[in-house]
Amino acid sequence: MSRLSVIVGLALLVAAQAAVGAKRYYEVVVMDPYIELHTGPGRGYPITQVLERGEQIEVLKRRTDWFKVRNDRGIKGWASARQLSRTLETSGKPAKIQDPDRDDFALRKRELGVQLGELEGANVIRGYASWLFTPNLSAELSGSIITGRFSDGWMLSADVVHQPFPNWWISPFFSLGTGVLQINPKSTLVSAKDRTDQTASAGAGLRMHVGRRVLLRAEYKNHVLFTSRDDNEELEEWKAGISFFF
Amino acid sequence: MESRHLVFLLMSVALLLSGCSRAVVSDNSADAAEPVINPQVSRRDIREARIDSENFEVGAYFGYMSVEDFGSNSVYGAKLAYHVTESLFVEATYGETDTSQTSFEILSGGAPLLSDDDRRFRYYDASIGLNILPGEVFLGRDWAFNSALYLIGGVGNVEFAGDNYFTAVFGAGYRVLATDWLALNFSVRDHLFDTDLLGEEKTTHNIEFNLGLTAFF
Repeated sequence: MSRLSVIVGLALLVAAQAAVGAKRYYEVVVMDPYIELHTGPGRGYPITQVLERGEQIEVLKRRTDWFKVRNDRGIKGWASARQLSRTLETSGKPAKIQDPDRDDFALRKRELGVQLGELEGANVIRGYASWLFTPNLSAELSGSIITGRFSDGWMLSADVVHQPFPNWWISPFFSLGTGVLQINPKSTLVSAKDRTDQTASAGAGLRMHVGRRVLLRAEYKNHVLFTSRDDNEELEEWKAGISFFF
Repeated sequence: MESRHLVFLLMSVALLLSGCSRAVVSDNSADAAEPVINPQVSRRDIREARIDSENFEVGAYFGYMSVEDFGSNSVYGAKLAYHVTESLFVEATYGETDTSQTSFEILSGGAPLLSDDDRRFRYYDASIGLNILPGEVFLGRDWAFNSALYLIGGVGNVEFAGDNYFTAVFGAGYRVLATDWLALNFSVRDHLFDTDLLGEEKTTHNIEFNLGLTAFF
C-alpha cells in the first residue's frame, strides 16, 4: 500500500514536470524610467539590477506582493507589485497585476477559515469550508473541537448561509444548519457515558473584508440538541476568526 | 508513517495543479501572404498566460518534544501555511509523539498510568506568523540564501490521555530558502494547556523543536 502511494506520487511528479515544460510566461513592457530588481521577495533585499523603459520582461512567479521577473538578457530579480502594476502588456493594455478587491470579494467562490469561540462556557475551535453558489447563497461544512472543564467533544455541521448584501464592506449573513455533537466527560472524572446527539442550529453574523483575500468573520449560533431525554437542550455559541477566499 | 505518504501525495497533486494552471499563449504571428487590407478580420483567440502565485507552503518536520511529566521523545508532523503579505502568514500544523513513562511509574514499578494508545500525544494548531527579521545567509563566498526569522502564535487542540485540551501555542522559527520554492525550517514551539491528569490542576509547558522541509506552491 505504502509503496503504491510512493509510485503514484512519483508518476504525478513526472506528469507535473511534463506539463510545466512547455509553458510560456506572462509578458509585460516596462513603462517607468526603470524598475528596480531586488535579490529577494521583500522590501529589505538589496537592489542589484534595474530594467529600463521599453524592456520586455517575463513574469516568472509571484510571492505575496513580489514578482520574479526575467528580461531577454536573462537577468532575474524580484520586482514590487507597485512598480510592476505600471507596466503594459505587449498588446498595449495595462498589465493585470491588481490585488483582489471588493468585487472579487463579492464574487468569491470558496472560503476557508478558522474561528475561536465559546459554547456554553467551553472553548471551541472551528474550521470550515464554504462554497458560494451565488453571491447570496452558500453551503458550508464545518468541524469543531470543544474543550470544557468537565468534558470535551466535537461537532460536525452542514449549513446553508444567506448573505443579503454581498457588496457591502461589512456584510451580514444568516445561517440554518444541522449536525452531530459528541460530548465525552473527562477521563479523570467518575466514568460517565459519551453522548452523541443530533443538532439543529440558526445563526447570524458579520463578515468584513479587510483586504486582499482576507476577511474577518464573527457569528452567533443557537443550537437545539435533540437528546434522548424528555427535554431538548439549547446551546449558545459565539465565535470569531479569520478566513480567506479563493 | 501513513501521514508522511499523504503529505507526499498532496505535494505531488499540488505540483500537478500548479503546472496545469499555467495557460499557454497562442501564437499570433501574422501571415506574410495576407493582403494589405483584409476586411474580414477574424477575432483572435488570445489566451493569456497567468502568473504563477506561490503563496502556499506545505511540508513535513521531525524533531524532539518534551511533554511535561512524560519525558522527551521524537515528534513528527506536517504543516500548511498561506503567506498573506511578505511579513504575515497563517499556518496549520499537525504533529504526534509517543510519550514515555513518568518518573513515578518508573521508580514505583507499578501499573502504568496510561494505555499505549492514550500515551500518544497528538496536537493540531492554527497560528499566525510574523516574519520579523528577513535577510540573507551566506555560505562561503559564492552562496547566498534568503532567510527569515519568524514568530508564531496560535491556538489548537491536544489529544492526550483520552482527553482533548485547549492549547495555546507560541514560538519562533528560522526559514532558509534553498531555492525559490524549497525551504529548510527550524522551529521551537511551546504548547501550553491546563490539565489535572496527575491530581492537581496545573498549566503544563510542552516544548518542541523540529527541523523540516517545506515547498512553496
